[in-house]
Amino acid sequence: MIAKKTLKGFLTDMNTTALELLQAAFPDAVCTANLEAVVISVQPEQLTSTLTRLKKDPAFDFGLLLDVTAVDYLHYPVAQEARFFVVYTLRNWEKNLLVQVRTPVADPAIGVPTATHLWDAANWGERETFDQYGINFQGHPDLRRILNHWQFQGYPLRKDYVIDQGQICYETDSLETEIKARLEKNGVDQTTMSDINTQVMYLNLGPSHPATHGAIRILTALDGETILANVNEIGYLHRGFEKTAENRTYNQVIPLTDRLNYCSALMNNIAYAKAVESWLGVEITDRAKFMRIIMGEFFRIQDHLVCLAAQLVDMGGLTNYWYLYNQKEASYDLISRLTGARLTSSFARIGGMYRDFYEGWESDMELQLQGIEQGVNDSLKLVLKNKIVHDRTQGVAVMPADLALSYGFTGPCLRATGIPFDLRKDNPYYYYDTFDFNIPVGSKGDIYDRIMCRYQEIFESISIIRQAMKIVPKGPIFIDDRTIALPPKHEVYNNIEGLASHFKLIFEGVQVPAGEWYDSYEAANGELGFHFVSDGSGQPYKCKVRPPCFYMMGGYHEMVEGEMIADAVINLGSLNIIGGELDR
Amino acid sequence: MALGLEASLGDSVLTTKLDAVINWGRGYSLWPFVFGTACCAIEFMSAAGSQHDISRWGAEVVRFSPRQADLLLVCGTISYKQAPILKRIYDQMPEPKWVVAMGACACSGGIYDNYATVQGIDTIIPVDVYISGCPSRPEAVLDALMKIQDKIKSETVLNDRQKDFKGILD
Repeated sequence: MIAKKTLKGFLTDMNTTALELLQAAFPDAVCTANLEAVVISVQPEQLTSTLTRLKKDPAFDFGLLLDVTAVDYLHYPVAQEARFFVVYTLRNWEKNLLVQVRTPVADPAIGVPTATHLWDAANWGERETFDQYGINFQGHPDLRRILNHWQFQGYPLRKDYVIDQGQICYETDSLETEIKARLEKNGVDQTTMSDINTQVMYLNLGPSHPATHGAIRILTALDGETILANVNEIGYLHRGFEKTAENRTYNQVIPLTDRLNYCSALMNNIAYAKAVESWLGVEITDRAKFMRIIMGEFFRIQDHLVCLAAQLVDMGGLTNYWYLYNQKEASYDLISRLTGARLTSSFARIGGMYRDFYEGWESDMELQLQGIEQGVNDSLKLVLKNKIVHDRTQGVAVMPADLALSYGFTGPCLRATGIPFDLRKDNPYYYYDTFDFNIPVGSKGDIYDRIMCRYQEIFESISIIRQAMKIVPKGPIFIDDRTIALPPKHEVYNNIEGLASHFKLIFEGVQVPAGEWYDSYEAANGELGFHFVSDGSGQPYKCKVRPPCFYMMGGYHEMVEGEMIADAVINLGSLNIIGGELDR
Repeated sequence: MALGLEASLGDSVLTTKLDAVINWGRGYSLWPFVFGTACCAIEFMSAAGSQHDISRWGAEVVRFSPRQADLLLVCGTISYKQAPILKRIYDQMPEPKWVVAMGACACSGGIYDNYATVQGIDTIIPVDVYISGCPSRPEAVLDALMKIQDKIKSETVLNDRQKDFKGILD
């Protein structure tokens, strides 16, 4: 029955136009439309020319490299041209075009040519693909492991890697060659490095350091307090999300998604469920859509509250922590009453939501929104006209718009540079196009802009919630399809069909038609995407996350080099790096 | 009727056992090193926030230098990549020191039964108190703190704490 709900009907007019456009431009390649994306399949020889044209031809202008990943078809039921494929996901945010470029990899040791000369984001994206799948990228400037430790043997996301085969790391990587290479690139030569009068001092921030808000290692080379060069190491919270997800049914992955960006857990649930539903061709009920809008925006506020609270503590403004974090703490009353959990909500389900709003939630929500407004306004009184805040943040750690795009920035950090890209406006889902809200943008891309964008987004989200609460429709929260949504309990206990479909769904999972797709959602940190490969069973064959803060961390050194060491600390806070999402 | 020292010195002096006074001091001035890596660290933020207020137990002086801390709170998942750092920080803490494993991941690896995650930090360092939950609630952190205080009360300065622990990194 599900097989009927394949691609047909998904092809919007716009996507057909994009398909024709791209097919005409690349007559040798096979182009197919797939949900919102156009998939271009090319041979490795044409990969560089295809990517170059997509990036540089003004007709396409795919300025944003969203993600790089690979697929291992070793156990895939349908034979493929090669065992490995590399996939680049690109976006033109202005025209709302999405393209995936696929290329087969005959021999992973030889690999495919790199795209690092086109997008800076490719650097970390390709490193992760190398780390997880062992695929070489010819010409990559710094191809080494990124998530797994340097003593790790093998490639964990290959299908023949046993999931629980842990490998002990005895010693941390020194990163000496990397930092020295970076120093030389910045014009500090060997003689300067070793001369006693100009000797460079190396300083590690992290991996266990209060400023890192988690576990990131920021290695800096200093001249006095000025950062000459910076190299970062991540992966300290790599906990195998993607490998574990391949061994769970689709609904069992939802608790895992909570723990990606755990400051806004429910947004990850929604993004994940939305991605699966888009391929199933499921249109969830209106009430479920409104629940997702309201709770999604509520969690966006939570995320921004934690980010701002922690960042202002780093700047010495502890009072802001109490004003902002106390509102998050108070929000847990509503959240735990609704979802049963404080932090990790696991609230979305494929085809709906876990349960409906409780009676009287509107007044709780309104009370909480007022509390948040008060907390944020109190904090703004301390920040807005504060000379210390201005001096420390304005014109500091600037990220220009073009560089931010090249590094794959999305979300508030991209908008702080002045680019108003927001999926809620540029590729609206649910009913976001009917709401009246603004996209706050910055002008310089400095720390100040990033802080203020977040403050302003809190007010915009409050406005969206209030608008939605006025018109939230009544009705079911689950779709009426027993192959996707669990039957109500009275059916499970009273008739055999209900019982059978309950068992079938729990044991086998939602049967998702075979295929490969990408779907994205505007999470608190930016574009949160899911790249799936399904073999038609109830478990994802591959489930790759496009984590917004991974790519922002990739551009961190561009912001802090030339600045003071204390600026590096508050810059990290302004990016809102969340370990669970960064390292997965 | 006062006996011994108190008889000759009067009300100005209190006598007690050395263990009692040292353990009292240690128990109510624990300085935690928050080894926060993941979701549990956010719940620790709540425990330190004004609603739950960890300072009621005298443990609000959070130190990020292991040399100034005596309570290691491991809040979150420890990966194999992180393990040598956890061990080094534990080794750098001066005696006496206590360790709390907060949440399912620190206790046992939790839902991450895979290649990247250490299956419980007690394979690396000795643990005094385990907190369940994914993530643990702030109240559970406070409960663990009281358990540590009880444990401190039963210790004596005359005996060395156990030092024969051997983990996978030793």
